[in-house]
Amino acid sequence: MKYVVVIGIEVHIQLKTGTKIFCGCDTGFGAEPNTLVCPVCLGFPGVLPVLNQRVVEYAILASLALNCKITPLSRFHRKNYFYPDLPKAYQISQYDEPLAVNGYIDIFNGKGEKDEKDEKKIRITRAHLEEDAGKLIHSGEGISLVDYNRTGVPLLEIVSQPDISTPQEAYDYLTALKAIIKYTGVSDCNMEEGSLRCDANISIKPAGDIALGTKAEIKNLNSFRAVEKALTYEIQRQTKLVDSGGSVVQETRLWDEKKQITSSMRSKEEAHDYRYFPDPDLMPIQISQEYVQSIQETIPELPQTKAKRFVSQYSLPEYDVHILVADKYLADFYEKTVHLLANPKMVSNWIITELLCLLGEARIGINDCQVTPEHLSKILQMIEIGTISGKIGKDVLLEVFKTGMPPEQIVKEKGLVQITDTNELESMIDKILQENPKAVEQYREGKKQALGFFVGQVMRMTSGKAQPEMVNKILQKRLE
Amino acid sequence: MVITKKEIDRVCSLARLELSSSERDEFTCQIDSILGYVAKINELDTSDILPTSHPIPLTNVMREDEIGESLQIEDVMFNAPDAGRGYFRVPKIIE
Repeated sequence: MKYVVVIGIEVHIQLKTGTKIFCGCDTGFGAEPNTLVCPVCLGFPGVLPVLNQRVVEYAILASLALNCKITPLSRFHRKNYFYPDLPKAYQISQYDEPLAVNGYIDIFNGKGEKDEKDEKKIRITRAHLEEDAGKLIHSGEGISLVDYNRTGVPLLEIVSQPDISTPQEAYDYLTALKAIIKYTGVSDCNMEEGSLRCDANISIKPAGDIALGTKAEIKNLNSFRAVEKALTYEIQRQTKLVDSGGSVVQETRLWDEKKQITSSMRSKEEAHDYRYFPDPDLMPIQISQEYVQSIQETIPELPQTKAKRFVSQYSLPEYDVHILVADKYLADFYEKTVHLLANPKMVSNWIITELLCLLGEARIGINDCQVTPEHLSKILQMIEIGTISGKIGKDVLLEVFKTGMPPEQIVKEKGLVQITDTNELESMIDKILQENPKAVEQYREGKKQALGFFVGQVMRMTSGKAQPEMVNKILQKRLE
Repeated sequence: MVITKKEIDRVCSLARLELSSSERDEFTCQIDSILGYVAKINELDTSDILPTSHPIPLTNVMREDEIGESLQIEDVMFNAPDAGRGYFRVPKIIE
């Protein structure tokens, strides 16, 4: 049977504040266990949590960037459950009065490549504040170790409507969401450090049906690719199940990255009853229109607006733009470089094919590398005016990347200036032709590939410093 | 009776409490009487009154994002029934 797939995604982002949401403990990552805790986040009796105002500011900023409406009055609730990751036996969260509601983001199918672009709106139901829980390490011997450093770290949970129809769209939604949040600067969105986490809900229903099918919730998704793969697996699993007369059970399933499957958590089937009630320790949050407006004004240009501007201002292909604007700092690097060297496409090519490759190999971001827009523009300028060849340019870039030395100095010290002296090249070429009579003969007999061999020889002799067009021209003339 | 024994069982299970049969009877009666007392409010027309989650009309009680002092590890673990290498140790529960 033909099925329609319905996917909704919950994302938790850690807001990049200095302190926790309800106490002054440091939110730093990687500290020794239980060294960033105090009576409030340990849930000692009689303590009073007090809301961090920057948490509210950052959450509003992120919510506005996701086109949400900010609720004039919102409130914290206690979500009650017993599990050792929460020392209080409840999590302070928001329930029926969240901070923000009714947002959306636009995603593009086809990723801006040549195929037909299909813009789709994914609605966001709500964005609400909550505190993170602690970390459990399940060791052997029937013991779990608990570290409460993360307890009370501020999180914004962003819940999408079930508007997502394919694993690819889920991937695109997450990528777009991450880019937007990173642009606002309120979160690092680093999955490895847990500052971005996501769960997916997925169900299938026969095409044409209105009622939704029973959903499964997928957890333990450690990358956006894992989300895509887990959802693809889950569609197959649910389809097979329903086709063979079975039915999907509402449950939480864990993605197993090694086996590439999801499997049931097999937790007790008793439905959770969190008995939410308003937290009496925390006063409601009242947000004025003026405050929302003042934060709205600080929102930087967001990825999609920037993408549209790049296309019109720099006449770049969608493909280039898609890559450049995915990272705000990369986009800034691009613009600064173009400002110094007005050749938008050349700059884009070098960033996308050369610089990103170096960054990828070193596993670092643009801000952590030694190459500056000044360096790159200088290299490209030297190529444009013929001081160095494009090939040498790549070597120079690698050297700048490694050492941070100015490119002019590298070119000078290593003697990389391009040979543009015709006489010098001519005598070199004559020598090569003399030494390779066989290849000359082959060329004259019609084996035009021999030309490549000669060019290679010249490049070897000059360590790549000969200008390829010039070499070609002289070779052809000599071989006629 | 406002509350049934079945509801008491459910509340106990959510609160991880185990009651003997006589305790269950005893507490069912007590809770029933408390609920009966609170139910008096139903005699009034409250349709125009918003639920009161706080008795004092305060909003936006907040603090600056300034790092304060955390506890020393010895103090953190002072009351812990079991601890080791900086961690609390608890019976293994996998949910």
